[in-house]
Amino acid sequence: MGLLSDPNRRRALISMLTRLNAPICMLCYCAGVCWFMGLAFEPFTLRTYMSENAMGSTMVEERFPAGERALATAREFAAHKKKVGGMPVDWLVKTMQARGLEVFTQSFSRVLPFPDENKERYIVKGTNVYGILRAPRAPRTEALVLSAPCSPGDNNNQAVGLLLGLAHYFRNQIYWAKDIIFLVNEHDLIGMQAWLEGYHHTNTTGMKWTPLQGRGGSIQAALSLELSSDVITSLDIVLEGLNGQLPNLDLANLFYAFCQKIGVLCTIQGRLQRNDWDSVSGYSHAVQTMMLMVMKQASGRPWGDHGLFLRYHIEAATISGINSFRQYKTDLTTTGRSDLYRLVEGMYRKLNNLLERLHQSYFFYLMPSLTHFVSIGYYMPAFGLLAVILLLRALDLWVQLVAPPARTEDGIAEIEQQSSPGVRSVLTPLIISHLTGAALYLMPVHFQEMAVEHFPVSETEAVVLTAIAVYTAGLALPHNTHRLVSGEGTEQGWRVLKLVAVLYLAVLLGCTALINFSLGFILALTMVPVAAFVTPDVPKVLSAIVFVILSPACTLLFSVFLFQELQDMPVSLQDGWMLYISVISQGILDHYLFGSLVYPLIALMVYPCWLLFWNILFWK
Amino acid sequence: MAAPLTLLLIVAVTIRAVLYRSSLAELIAERVEVVSPITAWKRVIEGLALLDLGVSPYSGDVFHETPLIIYLFHFLVDYAEITFMLADVITAVALYFAVRDYNKKVFRKQKFALEADRYPHDCLELIRRPKEMFYIPLKVAMFYLLNPFTILSCVAKSTCGLNNAVISLFILTTIKGNVLLSAVFLCLATYQSIYPLTLCAPAMLYLMQHQFIPVNFRRVSFWWFVTQYLFMFLGSLLVLTCLSFFLLGSWDYMSSVYGFILSVPDLTPNIGLFWYFFAEMFEHFRLFFLCVFQINVFFYTIPLSIKLKEHPVFLMFMQLAVISIFKSYPTVGDTALYLAFLPVWGHLHRFLRNIFLVSCVLLACSALFPVLWHLWIYAGSANSNFYYAITLLFNVAQILLVSDYFYAFLRREHHLTSGLYLKKKDGSEATLVLK
Repeated sequence: MGLLSDPNRRRALISMLTRLNAPICMLCYCAGVCWFMGLAFEPFTLRTYMSENAMGSTMVEERFPAGERALATAREFAAHKKKVGGMPVDWLVKTMQARGLEVFTQSFSRVLPFPDENKERYIVKGTNVYGILRAPRAPRTEALVLSAPCSPGDNNNQAVGLLLGLAHYFRNQIYWAKDIIFLVNEHDLIGMQAWLEGYHHTNTTGMKWTPLQGRGGSIQAALSLELSSDVITSLDIVLEGLNGQLPNLDLANLFYAFCQKIGVLCTIQGRLQRNDWDSVSGYSHAVQTMMLMVMKQASGRPWGDHGLFLRYHIEAATISGINSFRQYKTDLTTTGRSDLYRLVEGMYRKLNNLLERLHQSYFFYLMPSLTHFVSIGYYMPAFGLLAVILLLRALDLWVQLVAPPARTEDGIAEIEQQSSPGVRSVLTPLIISHLTGAALYLMPVHFQEMAVEHFPVSETEAVVLTAIAVYTAGLALPHNTHRLVSGEGTEQGWRVLKLVAVLYLAVLLGCTALINFSLGFILALTMVPVAAFVTPDVPKVLSAIVFVILSPACTLLFSVFLFQELQDMPVSLQDGWMLYISVISQGILDHYLFGSLVYPLIALMVYPCWLLFWNILFWK
Repeated sequence: MAAPLTLLLIVAVTIRAVLYRSSLAELIAERVEVVSPITAWKRVIEGLALLDLGVSPYSGDVFHETPLIIYLFHFLVDYAEITFMLADVITAVALYFAVRDYNKKVFRKQKFALEADRYPHDCLELIRRPKEMFYIPLKVAMFYLLNPFTILSCVAKSTCGLNNAVISLFILTTIKGNVLLSAVFLCLATYQSIYPLTLCAPAMLYLMQHQFIPVNFRRVSFWWFVTQYLFMFLGSLLVLTCLSFFLLGSWDYMSSVYGFILSVPDLTPNIGLFWYFFAEMFEHFRLFFLCVFQINVFFYTIPLSIKLKEHPVFLMFMQLAVISIFKSYPTVGDTALYLAFLPVWGHLHRFLRNIFLVSCVLLACSALFPVLWHLWIYAGSANSNFYYAITLLFNVAQILLVSDYFYAFLRREHHLTSGLYLKKKDGSEATLVLK
């Protein structure tokens, strides 16, 4: 408490912080970025290990025999799917019943706020089919889910075949202590959303669905399968869920452990782990893998069907089979060596042994490779170093605001004079920028019809272009409103406004980083420099350009290009722009369909906050 | 001054009415920061339902409000929203008039002191000016009505708003110098939540100052006044308890309301310090620490009353803050009541040392509460330690805030008697340190 009560030491500390403010801020920024880049360096990361005792020490034996039959089922399913031209509900019900499951269906319908051009759907009607295998060994209070989406075209038939094959095999085993629910969902995430809402009796997004007729116990864990070819070379695990939520790390550990045991190549973000961490290429490989995870997490989208389970406190991951042109291929057909089936079987047997929900391992982590992870304690300092800049700037501003008037002769009169316009000139930009934010949030979806009537664009384009138009209009609109209110922009005025804006940004980014570290970090990376060094005295045109380049929308644009680059699929400017538009429309759709928070966060909080800084730039 | 106050009231009521109609109201009513097991509206409704069925509302472990509240809402349940808005308005208006009277009194006292030439000459910049004091009552009302904490509390229909109204009426009647009404309202507040009992000390000190009775244990007049006040207080408390007994026909409510407040059986997380501590504790230490925690709330009355016996209104502010920090089921509504007094001490700003730090921490904590709650309860990725860390930080910030004001107040008083520019014995500039 010495620091809080001893005035001399306080004064010394504060004078040092204000004197060296700019260098310290620069240093913090560099340190933050370096720390973040260092996270991918293998000696700084931890090796993954299984924390859950129930899954670690017990032995299970996998001996799934019927790979051939599963593949045949997949072909049959494909044939029926082609015949019906959608999901073959009757055939699935019949097949599941033949395998001895309790089978139920759920139908759902949903009208999207605007047509989804990526998946070409607007009015969605569909049916989920699920079968429950009742646990013979325990009181059926808990359940596991295995799901496979029924995708249009030829995709994912093998996943359904695998699911049915496993159902058949699991039915004959006696060791199940948890209900196992086999779910085939139509229209991928929308069907999954309907099923989960039905299972948990909630309705958060206004979707219409029929209530579930049968249910198992509380769901402990879930896996979602994506397999599109008979031959796979490696398995990929997808962890990123809605709003950047991640499943317990033990689930990834479990997957890795079985891949090792069975001898299947496993990847994360489609990338194998490498052992040459000490070489430059090995390090850059790890950085790229981690960056991919960061960008996927920051998008707040569910990157697989598992993404929606996480909201219900259910640990879930998507396992997808990848067929790439490598020499060693794992053949699904070879009986006895059908690795994928044994892998899923083994994972379910271990999950079956769980005594309580997965909670031992980490929930907050980043993975530079499947064998290494960075926990929250290691990555938070990177964000903390960036956030400290804001606090230092705020302290500096506070000292500037408080100190000088106290020393002058008639100090009190001066404060009186300046503080009252100060309050007004802060409130007005705050309100106006938030109204602009609200317009950005509401206008695109509500005014799409009007836009379509007056401009030659499709609905989706109308939504996105309206959003971009409102965003750009916001730049022009509010930046000199304070002059209307208080006449001339005072020196005191912009300092107060900047103090408020800096603190606002700090709290906002802090909260964001807690929920979704990646999003918070990316926003901090671009917004903190702008926030720290904006004053009305810097050269207007140049800094305005820098401002726009570092604004949230441009950050998204760069992220799109970077993401494509990292995935080894570089795009041209034209394609990048189209991709940018579709990413925005997907973000808005995710919000309306699944309740993703990224779009409202950006529109209602981050963008107005950024406008406040824009306002300061044009203060005079 | 009536026009701005009316405008303020209209704005405040409009905000509340709009929020009542929005979908946020339900969400807010569920927040643990805003409602406690005692003040939750949901529980009042449950109590009413039980009462209507002819069952004692205290059977079961849901309802913990006092019998008067349940009978009040027995008649007003259809007008609940208006009642809560009215309670806020009453609080604000009462605080407005109380502070106006108090400021008049302070100003008069300062004038006498100036005329008697009692202040050192370098203290002229510490003298308060009418211009700066003119807007304080309005600011107080504004701080109360437009404080997000109050708005949340009102929208959640937390009965904390009613308690605040009673306490503010008590403050108003005390400052007006009405002994009987002061005792009656204090009794009502105590009846509602026990802790306002500690406000007894500032009330008596103020009233004695008002009636020019010296605070001296050897004077008969002092003891006569104390006896009078306590008689009125205890008499009305007796009337209230008996009234409650006759309303319900049983003493159930005693254990269910006061036992519930004192023995803290409900460990639902809130912004207080009790829940985590008692959830983690071994059962056989529970009674001991319960006594320690509860005595802690009441204990500060003695040292604070001795130190601040000349300044009962500041003492009242300190007591309100201490209660809202250390009580067993605090909500943001309690915090809002003492925060409303901050404009009254606006002249202390030059002596505050940590105000920037503290306000940043309070701001950050208020934002982090729902975030960590979400991570703990919904996402399942954080745990109770995260939430409690924020609770702890929030309370530390409140304590720092209050002690900072305490220090600033004492320091100003010190300067008023011994000059603004203190010199050490060797002639260098001296600094005051609170130890």
